[in-house]
Amino acid sequence: MKGNFIDNLPKIYGIYTGGFVGFIIIMAIAEQMGMTAKTIGIAFVAFTVFIYALIGYLSRTAQADAYYVAGRQVPTVFNGMATAADWMSGASFVAMAGGIYFKGYGYMALLVGWTGGYVLVASLLAPYLRKFGCYTVPDFIGTRYGGNLARFSAVVVLTVASFTYVTAQINATGTIASVALDIPFQYAVYVGLISILLCSMLGGMRGVTWTQVAQYIVLIIAYLLPVFWISNKMGAGFFPHFMLADEVARIGELEQQFGFVKNAAADLKSVPKGLAGITKAHSAVNATPWAFISLALAMMMGTASLPHVMMRYFTTPSVKAARKSVGWSLFFIFLLYSSAPMLATLSKLSLIDPNLPTGIIGKTFAEVEAIDWYQNWNQANLMFISDFNGNGTLELNEFFMGGKAVVLATPEIAGLPYVISGLVAAGGMAAAMSTADGLILAIANAISHDVYYKIIDPKAETAKRLLVARVLLVIIGFAGATIAAMEIQGILGSVIWAFDFAMSGLFFPLVLGVWWKRANRQGAIAGMLGGLVAGAWYLVWVRTGGSGFLGITQLTFGIFGSAVSLVLMVVVSLMTAEPDKATQKMVDDVRVPSGKSILGKSH
Amino acid sequence: MSNQQKHWEKTRGLLFITLAIWFVFSIGIFLFGAEMNEVTGPFGYPWTYWFTCQGSLGAFVILIFWFANRQEKIDEEFGFSEREDE
Repeated sequence: MKGNFIDNLPKIYGIYTGGFVGFIIIMAIAEQMGMTAKTIGIAFVAFTVFIYALIGYLSRTAQADAYYVAGRQVPTVFNGMATAADWMSGASFVAMAGGIYFKGYGYMALLVGWTGGYVLVASLLAPYLRKFGCYTVPDFIGTRYGGNLARFSAVVVLTVASFTYVTAQINATGTIASVALDIPFQYAVYVGLISILLCSMLGGMRGVTWTQVAQYIVLIIAYLLPVFWISNKMGAGFFPHFMLADEVARIGELEQQFGFVKNAAADLKSVPKGLAGITKAHSAVNATPWAFISLALAMMMGTASLPHVMMRYFTTPSVKAARKSVGWSLFFIFLLYSSAPMLATLSKLSLIDPNLPTGIIGKTFAEVEAIDWYQNWNQANLMFISDFNGNGTLELNEFFMGGKAVVLATPEIAGLPYVISGLVAAGGMAAAMSTADGLILAIANAISHDVYYKIIDPKAETAKRLLVARVLLVIIGFAGATIAAMEIQGILGSVIWAFDFAMSGLFFPLVLGVWWKRANRQGAIAGMLGGLVAGAWYLVWVRTGGSGFLGITQLTFGIFGSAVSLVLMVVVSLMTAEPDKATQKMVDDVRVPSGKSILGKSH
Repeated sequence: MSNQQKHWEKTRGLLFITLAIWFVFSIGIFLFGAEMNEVTGPFGYPWTYWFTCQGSLGAFVILIFWFANRQEKIDEEFGFSEREDE
């Protein structure tokens, strides 16, 4: 191919996408010719992971700025795709539609929160941090406020938030690998981890960038294709996003007709752990304004404080490109997020509408138990029915399902070929891997660049710095996998906590670092550590039976943490001396896009 | 007032407008979620439901691109836009 790599990107990823579609078609033909479901699942996961590993190998580098910020030459649209993959985790892919299916409006605050946050990223932070020219988020804090303690505090907040998040992602790769490859979860976690490390170890940020673009393409095809296919097959409309109003209304009608019968506690004991019934209205407003808004607000501020997202905008060629790139990121995220409610609608209607051939409510228990897909998913511990009232017919309150089943089982319920289920597994794997890579890299880079190079050994040579970075990458990955293997907690709980931790400690120190010249070192340190401690305290307090206040729950504790952070930062800053002239000049320089970046190209 | 101060003044002005629009779509409309959901909105979905599925999300995408273009205009006006070779 002529010309350099960057100019050829559209062509390269065009061929890649064509190749992937070709692979799907080959698998579909193989299925018709009698290939088993299990072989197809293995082929999908193995083939895609092999491609990512190949990209990771081809992106290997020995240069600091390629390793930390992909050489700052990632074009806007491609950086948008990489950010979208970085952002959309295994939870977004596998669990989000399920959350909407079960909890409706109250849960959809997450959709608003996880997109609205990008407005804050674009307007308050990303372009300014790009101008700063830092390698990591603590790099900005450390230089803007000065001093090792400020830098170190930022590393602490970053590590707490990102590590909370990464165990959930490794857990998700393990779950998918264990289902697709049919191996025990304890081993599958390490298979997932090795796949993750193959993408990032040799090429650092450069490797992660180009694998994330590839992973985005796989995950978006894997999410959208089934949604469109199911919608068409059900006759719900060829473009579901604009055409499901009747289906939404029909679900409301059926809810009225069936009613939400409350099950006795004794009956619910027999339901396997992790499964839930439909107890909330699909499209009605079922949460108070504050419950909705506080959750959305916490997620928005958390988005703007999570370092693995912010560092993606350090890789663009210019400040202007960083701004535009945030817009592209959100566009690519929008494609998936706006489809999740549609999938939830299609999934729910196909199960509960007695007029549809797939509907099971109103059928006899013997009939439901004879259905192939029910048997499969019941065996996989994701579906369960029990005749509580003993009338022999399945009622709405007698049907239970796991949240993951909405994404994983709906294609099979709707009668799509197995090749689609294999594709969905590959998509979920891509989503979880890409986020895990971004997070592990964020932590390892912060420790290797900010703690090792900037604080411990400022004279270290590039080769040694990158060796330390890679060793840390492996250590952090294994630590995450070990905790993930213990299966302490569900995927989504810990994801939301990560946002709260990040906003508690980093939101105001980052924003005020650009927008308030008077903010100084003492204030920033008080804000970071005080906010993190206050947020963590609130979480522990509520988890151990505390009543909480102002309706702030364990999912929104970041609102309390960041409020404490803001107050401490302002009060302490005003009580101590204002930043010196050089620092004030630095803030002025950050505020204009032109001119040299604050930190040199290689630092 | 120096050129740079004027530039920052305008940048801040744009920030406040952007955040005001952001506030409406992320917080403002959900203060009236229950009332608004009674009304049929775009494509036949209830209004609040539509906003949480698509409306607010799409508004954020458009808002960021609009913001980026306005900010570029401001940077050009004061001669602070980046040259390609930087």
